[in-house]
Amino acid sequence: MDKQIGEIRAINGNMITVGFEGHIRQNEVAYVIEREKRLKAEVIKIQGNMAFLQVFEHTKGLKIGDKVEFSGKMLSVQLAPGLLSQIYDGLQNPLPELAESFGVFLPTGEELDAISLEKQWEFTPSAKEKDTVTAGDILGYVPEGIFRHSIMVPFYLRDEYEVLEIAGHGRYPVTDRIAVLKDKSGDTREVTMMFEWPVKMPIDAYKEKMQARDPLVTRIRVIDTMVPVAKGGTYCIPGPFGAGKTVLQQLTSRHAEVDIVVIAACGERAGEVVETLREFPKITDPRTGKSLMERTIIICNTSSMPVAAREASVYTAATLAEYYRQMGLDVLLLADSTSRWAQAMREISGRLEEIPGEEAYPAYLESRIASFYERSGLVRLNSGETGCLTIGGTVSPAGGNFEEPVTQGTLKVVGAFHGLSRERSEARRFPSIDPLESWSKYRSFIKRDLVDIARGTLFKGEEVRQMMKVVGEEGTSIDDYVTYLKSDFLDSVYLQQNGFDKVDGATSQERQKYVFSRIAEILEANIPFDDKAAARKFFYDLRHRFIDWNYKPWDSDEFKKQEEEINAMLKGAGNNEEDQHQDN
Amino acid sequence: MRKISTRITNIVGNVVSVVADGIAYEELAVLLTSRGRSLAQVIRLDGDMVYLQAFAGTSGISTGDEVRFLGHPMRVGFSEDMMGRIFNGSGIPRDNGPEITDNLIDIAGPPVNPYKRVIPRNMVRTNIPMIDVFNSLVESQKLPIFSVSGEPYNELLARIALQAEVDVILLGGIGLKYDQFMYFKNTLEDGGALSRSIFFIHTAADPIVEGLMVPDLTLAVAEKFALHGKKVLVLLTDMTNFADSLKEIAITMEQVPSNRGYPGDLYTQLAMRYEKAVDFSEAGSITILAVTTMPGDDVTHPVPDNTGYITEGQFYLKNGRIEPFGSLSRLKQQVNKDTRKDHRAIMDGMIQLYAQYRETEEKRAMGFRMSEWDRKLLKYGGLFETRMMDLSVNVPLEEALDNGWKILGECFKPEETNFRTDLIEEFWPPRDGQ
Repeated sequence: MDKQIGEIRAINGNMITVGFEGHIRQNEVAYVIEREKRLKAEVIKIQGNMAFLQVFEHTKGLKIGDKVEFSGKMLSVQLAPGLLSQIYDGLQNPLPELAESFGVFLPTGEELDAISLEKQWEFTPSAKEKDTVTAGDILGYVPEGIFRHSIMVPFYLRDEYEVLEIAGHGRYPVTDRIAVLKDKSGDTREVTMMFEWPVKMPIDAYKEKMQARDPLVTRIRVIDTMVPVAKGGTYCIPGPFGAGKTVLQQLTSRHAEVDIVVIAACGERAGEVVETLREFPKITDPRTGKSLMERTIIICNTSSMPVAAREASVYTAATLAEYYRQMGLDVLLLADSTSRWAQAMREISGRLEEIPGEEAYPAYLESRIASFYERSGLVRLNSGETGCLTIGGTVSPAGGNFEEPVTQGTLKVVGAFHGLSRERSEARRFPSIDPLESWSKYRSFIKRDLVDIARGTLFKGEEVRQMMKVVGEEGTSIDDYVTYLKSDFLDSVYLQQNGFDKVDGATSQERQKYVFSRIAEILEANIPFDDKAAARKFFYDLRHRFIDWNYKPWDSDEFKKQEEEINAMLKGAGNNEEDQHQDN
Repeated sequence: MRKISTRITNIVGNVVSVVADGIAYEELAVLLTSRGRSLAQVIRLDGDMVYLQAFAGTSGISTGDEVRFLGHPMRVGFSEDMMGRIFNGSGIPRDNGPEITDNLIDIAGPPVNPYKRVIPRNMVRTNIPMIDVFNSLVESQKLPIFSVSGEPYNELLARIALQAEVDVILLGGIGLKYDQFMYFKNTLEDGGALSRSIFFIHTAADPIVEGLMVPDLTLAVAEKFALHGKKVLVLLTDMTNFADSLKEIAITMEQVPSNRGYPGDLYTQLAMRYEKAVDFSEAGSITILAVTTMPGDDVTHPVPDNTGYITEGQFYLKNGRIEPFGSLSRLKQQVNKDTRKDHRAIMDGMIQLYAQYRETEEKRAMGFRMSEWDRKLLKYGGLFETRMMDLSVNVPLEEALDNGWKILGECFKPEETNFRTDLIEEFWPPRDGQ
């Protein structure tokens, strides 16, 4: 097919208007030819013989009359072994290779292969000649780091095919032919280990999508216990700036018990990504004994990188995540921040002069958010195995006000809501997830009735706290005051967690179950106190001991010793006036 | 080859449109008017219609005036001779020195590849406890000062500039009052720092659009110095004026406003500037301190709000003090682990107690009876404000930490605080007869 050529007629920021003849398609990729450079762009609107394109690069220096070449292909990513531990920009250009070829600054108009075409992979066939296969069926395997990477029939081959030829065990680069498939009409297709898939199309080469059930253990106590996330589910973290969204995402990406984590740094600070990509290679994943980087893919389109590529980056991340789900793995996609993605849509929409919706966001904002989160899910694959993709997105609401369109559009479609509060973060209560305002539709691995006790205590404690602001401490009954102390105790020793400490930073499922049941006992216990000062002293002492306990490794001798101390203190409760602190 | 057009068809606000062809996006042009020469930049192309943003405003421009296209985007000279010099918002000397014409560099260059960045690791000591102890400033950080007009933010900027150990200080003034400009000049001169400073000054009296270029000019020069191995500190004051200029242009260009009239790309525009802060692994670094005045002390106003999402924290200046609530340095965790082992504990513990003090203070103001605990908190709050928060306190970090333990020791028993036992054993001041 001859390549369609067009010509620039207008330039407005990163949007260009291109006159063309013949046929072009919506969302296809085009290249603006500027001297020796080729700037990538995407068709976003067609009107008569004018096409509106968003350019993925800075448009400085372009002129009216510059040539534009239409590629006929939709914006796609390359899928093949070798994606893990990579760092890509929003269009799947590998950043380390760009740095190697072009130095410190990002070049304009350069594209590189997403994966090495030379590297040899040890292929073991699993399909045999004469087998009947279809999209997503497994042809063989290659080892990729700690995983067994399935080589699948490309997802666009949706008919049934007969395997005519399959490569034997051996080492091949991704571009080598590893199978020949024949369709019903007798046409043959050659298959390599690499194929392309358009990012805006969800991968659906599986049997069925199922309901997300099992909890995804994040090892962050307040999440796992109070507002859990399910494997294959969705959640969002809205919060004003400074409330700790990104730190929370970073901790999740480290500690979550999943196979693969895809991080989409979308329009956020470059420095935060740097932390991840410098630290991860050094951190050992206790579950595999290998570095965390081996299970991570980073898509990094930070705030100063081109806006249109930012819009594409979340789709790129979702596609790579779906690809690994097809291998029966548990994948977690963390998008930080979906508001920047929405803003990128708003910028483009404004330049297209579309009629704006609320806060100038386009009218299709909600449906785009919904279709993004709908790419998550627990699926049964053709092989009968299951794989899941969990999506967690941060939202950066303007002014910290959750009533804005992106937060509201997201809340409609997610299964859990982790609302961060500025009040908590300013009081240094981290993670600053508001346990009362947040909710989850998924179930926790902790017993329902225990969670209800905690929630009840927090709710009543907050009521008392508000009341005390009006009537003062002396106007509060001792019972109410104890409830308040209990809720403060629960918050301080369990909901708050020191993410920077090795032990306290990640609490296993086992430990959460154990410690939480101990705390629930205390919340339920009816301890008599002579006066408020005695009650306060008791709970402050207890808090002190529990915080120390949080820093002792699980099941260690110190852990047990600390627990005995706590037991002794609880036994003495009631006649606590004699209970003296032993620190000094 | 320079193109000339004399066909000005529209003059709207600060935007002039002319008919011309072969013009590149973001190219620079000179408007030759009866008032003299002024610069303009291409901000939109539509067929043969070219939209120019006139930096000196459009007042007095005639439809018959000549527009001369320069064939290149905005550039700025770069040389060591710039030290101690003062330029305006178009990069033209404001002092009586010569123009810098050698080594011209494009402004608003490409972003740094995130892969080439390194984790910030050097603390910038300021000897201000509210910064050093509670929100440490880190080399290559971008940090704004949020405050209402009238707060001593420029004084704070100047003090940090003088005390920080940097090679080059670049001051970008956007809508700066003339006396504030003189204040910076005199303070840096008295402190002996003027010879390592470069000023790009757009004063409140200059045409408003001219201020738009100041951050880009300043940062382009900063980037060059950093690539030459220098530690650069960039001061930008006041970025709210910059955002307001953006708003003005956007509305003239009939863009759909997103929030309170600001354009939808405000976040991106601010991020393009702030993200220039960097630590080059094999060369120097750029640290950015900016001022963002908050109209009506409203942190949810679009300018501080978008800024907060971009920068690595903020200092919240109120009543002449850096407020512990609302202030944040996101990079402090990178450096405060290597200072002293009680640094983090003091940082969190003292703030938690100060938060309780604030609640108690509210109760006291409402006339509630104070319990013994409340009285302890009140005493603590008072000491904290005079010995830590007051901006006149000028002590090194270690001394500030010791002061912190002393304040705690004077007010509380160890078990009333949230500190870990091992730290209490090591740092809690010995009780003298209490």
